[in-house]
Amino acid sequence: MDSIWFQRISKFSAYLLAIVWVLPLLYAFWAAFHPPEYATKFALFAPLTTENFVSAWDQAPFFRYMLNTVIITTIILFSQLVVCTLAGYALAREKFVGRGFAFALVLTQLMVMPEVLIVENYRTLTGLDLVDTHLGVGLPYLASAFGIFLLRQTFKTVPQELEDAARVEGLSGLGIIWKVFVPLAFPTYLAFSLVSVSYHWNNFLWPLVVTNTEASRPLTVGMAIFGAPESGVDWSVISAGTLIAIGPLLILFLVFQRKFIQSFMHAGIK
Amino acid sequence: MLKRFNLKAWLLLLPALSLLIAFTHWPTLKTFWRSATWARSDAAPAKFVGLENYEILLDDPIFWKVIENNLWYALGTVPTSIALAIAMALWVNSKIRFTGLLRLAFFTPTILPMITVANIWLFFYSPNIGLFNQLLALIGINGPNWLGDPDLALSSLMIMTVWKEAGFFMIFYLAALQTLSPELFEAAKVEGASGWRIFRKITFPLLMPTTLFVLINALLNAFKLVDHLFILTKGGPNNASNLLLYYIYETAFSFLDSYYAATLTVVMLVMLAIIALVQIFFFDRRIHYR
Repeated sequence: MDSIWFQRISKFSAYLLAIVWVLPLLYAFWAAFHPPEYATKFALFAPLTTENFVSAWDQAPFFRYMLNTVIITTIILFSQLVVCTLAGYALAREKFVGRGFAFALVLTQLMVMPEVLIVENYRTLTGLDLVDTHLGVGLPYLASAFGIFLLRQTFKTVPQELEDAARVEGLSGLGIIWKVFVPLAFPTYLAFSLVSVSYHWNNFLWPLVVTNTEASRPLTVGMAIFGAPESGVDWSVISAGTLIAIGPLLILFLVFQRKFIQSFMHAGIK
Repeated sequence: MLKRFNLKAWLLLLPALSLLIAFTHWPTLKTFWRSATWARSDAAPAKFVGLENYEILLDDPIFWKVIENNLWYALGTVPTSIALAIAMALWVNSKIRFTGLLRLAFFTPTILPMITVANIWLFFYSPNIGLFNQLLALIGINGPNWLGDPDLALSSLMIMTVWKEAGFFMIFYLAALQTLSPELFEAAKVEGASGWRIFRKITFPLLMPTTLFVLINALLNAFKLVDHLFILTKGGPNNASNLLLYYIYETAFSFLDSYYAATLTVVMLVMLAIIALVQIFFFDRRIHYR
C-alpha cells in the first residue's frame, strides 16, 4: 500500500499543485514585463519592457490609493491595539458581575462581521457625516473581537505574582497593563498586527460602499475601478497595476515570510 | 473576590463595547426593525408594514436563486478547501524536498487581495485568449465560456475561492500537526500500519478540533466573501452566480431599496446564527477523537 509509486505520485501532486497555486502571480509578472502582444502569447524570447508600469502608473492615482490604504490600515491597527488591550485585560484579570455577558457581547462580532451590516452601518456613517473619509472606512473595525479574544487568552496566562509584585512596586492600574502585560504579550501583538494589516489592506466591500472619491479610496477599490472592462485597459497594464498594488505587501511578506506564517499559526491555535 | 460593581473593569471595557455595540449590535437590531418597515424613498418617513417585506421575499425568484447558489457555493468550496488544506499541510510537514517553497507557494494567495488577483483570474477565464482555454486548445479541446455560461459561472467562482483560501486553512492544520507527538506515528509504523491507515485512524481524528474550527471559518467565508464577484461575474449571467451578500449590496446600493436589503440581511443574520449554533453545539460537546 505504502508503495514507492504512491509516494512518487504524492510528491508529484505536491509540486504540481504548488505550481498551479503560484500560476496567477507568475502570469502577472509575465504580462507586466512584456509588450501587450505577448500578454496572451507565450514565447521564450519575448522582449522585456517596463512600459506597462509607466502606463499603469499614469492611468490611475496609485500613489494616492496606496497612501489612503496606509492611513486607513494605520488608524485601524492603532485603535485596535489600544482598545483590545484595555478590554482584553478587563476580561482576563478583573472579576466582576456581568463579565460573561460582556464577553458574549464581544464574541458576537466574530460571527456578525461589519461587512454583513453594510446597509445600516452606511446609514450610521451618513448620520455622522463621515462618508468618504479615512476615519469612516476604519470606524466599524476600530474594535476587534478577534483581538480582544487573543489578548484575553494571553493575559490569562500571566502569573498573578507578577501583577502583585508590580502593585507593591507602586504601579497603578494602567501602569501595570503598560509595563507588565503589554511587554509579555509581544508575540500576540505581532501576530494580531500582521493578521489585521493583511485583512484591512485587502478589505474591499465596506471601503467600496463608503468611499466616493480619490481622497479616501483605498487600493482595492481603486483596482476594481482600474480593472473594470469599461475603462478599456489591456491585460499587460492591468497586470502591471496589480503588481504595483500588491507589491508592498508581497515584498513585506517575502522578507518576513517565516514570521508571517508563524504569526498566522500563533493566532490560529488560540 | 467578586465585586458587585467594578467601575474600573467597565471603564476599561467602555471603548471596545461602545464601538462594538454601535457597529454590530445596534445595527443588527435596526436591521430587524427596518425589515418590518417601508417607505417610497429614503427621504420619506418609513411606515410599519409588518411581514410584508417577507412576503415579497418569499415571492422573489432571485432571492431563492441566490440562496440556492450560496448553498451550492458552500458545498462546493468548504469540503474541497478543507481536503486540500489537509493535503498541503501533510506535504509541507513531510520529509520531501523544498517544503519551504511549497509552504510559500500554498500560502501566497492568502496575502494577496481578492480584488486584484480576480483581475488575473478574469484573464485565465476569458473565452478565446484566456490561459485555461489556450491550455485546453493544446490538447484539442474547445474550451467553454467559463464566466459567461450560466452552468459554469458559479463553479468558476468556486475554483478561484478554493485557490484563495486553501493555503490559509493549511496554516491551522500545520500548527496542529506540529503539536502531535512523533512517537505516536513511530509506534504505528512499528505496528506495520500503512500511510493511509495511519492517516485515517490517527492523524485525521487527532486533527478533528482543527477541522471543526476550519469548517466554521470556511462556512463564514462562503457567506461573507463576495469580492471576486465584483470583478468576475457581477452575479451574472442572469444571477447564475449571484450570492446573498452581493444581492444585498445590489439591492441597497444599485436598486436603492434599503428596506428590502434589510430584509435580505435578516436572512443573512439567520444563516450566521445557524453557523454559530453549530459551533456552540460542537465546541461545547468537545468532540475530540476516540
